[in-house]
Amino acid sequence: MSFQIKKTSKVYDVCIVGSGAGGGMAAKVLAEAGFSIALMEAGPNFDPANPEQQTQFKWPYESPRRGAGTTRAFGDFDMAYGGWDIDGEPYTTKDGTKFDWFRSRMLGGRTNHWGRISLRFGPLDFKRKDHDGKGDNWPIGYEDVKPYYDKVDKLIGVFGTKENLPNEPNGFFLPPPKPRLHEMYLKKHGEKMGLPVIPARLSILTKRIDNRRGACFYCSQCSRSCSIYGDFSSSSVLVKPALEYENIDLYVNAMVREVLTDESGKASGVAFVNKADMKDYEIKAKVVILAASACGSARILLNSKSSKYPNGLANSSGVVGRYLHDSTGSSRMALIPSLMDRKRYNEDGVGGMHLYVPWWQNDTKNLGFSRGYHIEFWGGMGMPSYGTGMGMEHLNGLVPGADGQMKRAGGFGAGLKNDVRRFYGATVGMSGRGESIPQFNNYCEIDPNVVDKFGIPVLRFHYKWTDDEVKQAKHMQDTFEELLTNMGGIFLGDKPGADTDYGLEAPGRIIHEVGTTRMGDDPKTSVVNRFNQAHDVPNLFVVDGGPFVSQADKNPTWTILALAWRASDYLIDEMKKMNI
Amino acid sequence: MDRRKSLKAMFAGTVTSGFMFTSCLTDTEKSAETTTPVAGDSEEASGYGRTPEEAARDKDLMSTTFFNEHEMITLAIVADIIIPADETSGSATDAKVPEFIEFIVKDMPHYQTPVRGGLRWLDYESKKRFSTEFKEASEEQRLEIIEDIAYPEEVKPELEQGARSFATIRNLVCTGFFTSEIGIKDIGYMGNVPNVWDGVPDDVLKAHGVAYDERILSESIKPEERNEVANWDNYNPEG
Ligand SMILES: Cc1cc2nc3c(=O)[nH]c(=O)nc-3n(C[C@H](O)[C@H](O)[C@H](O)COP(=O)(O)OP(=O)(O)OC[C@H]3O[C@@H](n4cnc5c(N)ncnc54)[C@H](O)[C@@H]3O)c2cc1C
Ligand code: SF4
Repeated sequence: MSFQIKKTSKVYDVCIVGSGAGGGMAAKVLAEAGFSIALMEAGPNFDPANPEQQTQFKWPYESPRRGAGTTRAFGDFDMAYGGWDIDGEPYTTKDGTKFDWFRSRMLGGRTNHWGRISLRFGPLDFKRKDHDGKGDNWPIGYEDVKPYYDKVDKLIGVFGTKENLPNEPNGFFLPPPKPRLHEMYLKKHGEKMGLPVIPARLSILTKRIDNRRGACFYCSQCSRSCSIYGDFSSSSVLVKPALEYENIDLYVNAMVREVLTDESGKASGVAFVNKADMKDYEIKAKVVILAASACGSARILLNSKSSKYPNGLANSSGVVGRYLHDSTGSSRMALIPSLMDRKRYNEDGVGGMHLYVPWWQNDTKNLGFSRGYHIEFWGGMGMPSYGTGMGMEHLNGLVPGADGQMKRAGGFGAGLKNDVRRFYGATVGMSGRGESIPQFNNYCEIDPNVVDKFGIPVLRFHYKWTDDEVKQAKHMQDTFEELLTNMGGIFLGDKPGADTDYGLEAPGRIIHEVGTTRMGDDPKTSVVNRFNQAHDVPNLFVVDGGPFVSQADKNPTWTILALAWRASDYLIDEMKKMNI
Repeated sequence: MDRRKSLKAMFAGTVTSGFMFTSCLTDTEKSAETTTPVAGDSEEASGYGRTPEEAARDKDLMSTTFFNEHEMITLAIVADIIIPADETSGSATDAKVPEFIEFIVKDMPHYQTPVRGGLRWLDYESKKRFSTEFKEASEEQRLEIIEDIAYPEEVKPELEQGARSFATIRNLVCTGFFTSEIGIKDIGYMGNVPNVWDGVPDDVLKAHGVAYDERILSESIKPEERNEVANWDNYNPEG
């Protein structure tokens, strides 16, 4: 069989791999600066306003499975093409590791359906080692990133309130929406316990920020990606405006295998598979920016082997893939009897919680674990979907019926039908999202035995939680129990105990996996420098979550965006100075 | 041939933008609501944003049949025992619940044996008790069996399996009903339309003994300001 790699003669200034949060931001900033750019995306084109792709405003009965998650992990209407498992693109684990890797293959990556929780890291979050002696400090601090957080707030938009909490910095906030009813319960009872129950910080436009994007009209469906661009998706908010420039080419369905290097060891472009014809191509560029998600970029680097780089590219330290860490997570839910038989009104609100609890114990010593967590809430009279009305036998025996008599659990007929109505909107749940301590020994590497359908070697994960994370999950559960009890809650399911690590989710499940190409001043212990530039290869950058030294309890995306912008500004500067 | 251009043309599909330039949620956004296709509006509203692979899978599942006629009749009878019509809304069969279950057992094959077996269990139990299939039994006879398996905490040991599969069928019937157009109206879900959220109605807050405090009232978005473009000139993040 004749086999030929197709090459182009054009040399781009910059080739960006991945169009999620990091890649979208780099594309926007660098296209605006006038560089010629090749933006490579493994998935198809996507625009939430494209009627063929749009799921916003669909009713459950428009799906024959009523929105169930058979083909999309978070349900039919969720805007992620991909999920925990992708046909023909496996990953493996070893040593009994449980690790789940969520991938979205589409323009905008996982930012089309993400939760829009947009939290800055605080000053402490960059320097935790100074306080608890564990892990490592970031080489940069809040003051380095703050100007970029400010710029991201203004460019993309985030609602919230100025709380003047030292480690939950204020920002440029749009006004938040008023709380829902169950959130008022959480506020009332949470505050009695000393929890700060404050407005959530979500990148949703309660107010317009420019003339391109519409203001939110409260359909609660941000996970479906907003057709008027009222929420932040990299596809519509960053890539789309970038594509208005002449100097950028978008390649979709382009799965990058590896970064190519020249004789001097510098990056010279990428090799990729065009999924449409399954043939191999190459793109030449003066600078390569990886933004294929933390593990995706580590995979590309580890697969970019040559005689000069036998351990993979930018990996003289051996830490590519190492220090992989996800947020911790544990949840609990309860039936709140006083929310039964509720008066009906449209309670959709924005696509996410209106209130949350930031970590409130930075000053407490001797908690028995090192780092904090924030609490996210759910509940309310949401759109029915597959699952609504199931499990009534676990609910309707818990409380007296409308006649004051206890009922037998289960049943059928008009009584059961009425029970479903009575319990609608009466359950409330909460989840902790906590900071874990990055470990050298938690990593992804190339599986020596397995390739995907493109013939690209796949990742293998090794990951164990430590005692710190388990004890933190126990603290979450105790807090949840107290709060839900104070609200008069009847718990659904037993309290997770030591046997389940207090409900601590397997790593990867919270989908905040970062750290695989970490930042540092010492090339022996880190992959990139303070500006996301590879120590070993000056014309190579990584702008996804890979460079995180540690991840606060804060969800990562706002920091990915800020650092990607910062790195892009640095790159522009270096290019101007002809340093690259 | 310029390979790059051809690649670009091949990969980058063109899509039109759909953002709206609205002044407030009165005219344009409301009209957007009425033009949003809703299932049932028209026959071709079958699209629900599928990828080509997903659409092909749906088509595939729909081209096969799982339940035979006898099973479908029995399933319909059981479904209407679980969710009958009442003064608020129609029954499970009015909401086409059996058709939903026919699809879902193909979509989620783990349901196939419990549901099919559950229906067989009912037939056998009915034959034992009344010497007739469930669907031929009288209403009274059917209810006698269902009564014995509908309350999991009180089931006689010998009826345990019947209760298990009945619980599975009950789950599917309930969810099929309350996610149908009839069921959503029944449960009183009022969203999925463009609107302006301005908080929980006052009477509801009062009834639940909670109130928006001064800070919430002054800092939350005011409906009339949502279409203004944010201006940061006088905004001080530190203050
Ligand atoms: C359900 C869910 C909820 C979330 N909620 C939040 C939240 O509320 N707040 C928050 O901060 N974060 C949240 N996240 C996490 C957030 O989505 C990620 O942090 C963010 O999207 C990461 O951006 P990224 O640019 O690193 O990667 P991604 O968004 O994953 O984008 C990577 C892109 O690269 C492409 N790609 C990968 N490999 C290749 C290759 N070899 N060649 C070409 N292209 C490639 C992918 O197709 C993808 O488009 C959530 C995630 C999920 C799944
Ligand atoms: S809640 Fe608002 S921002 Fe989110 S999808 Fe609906 S209209 Fe758009």
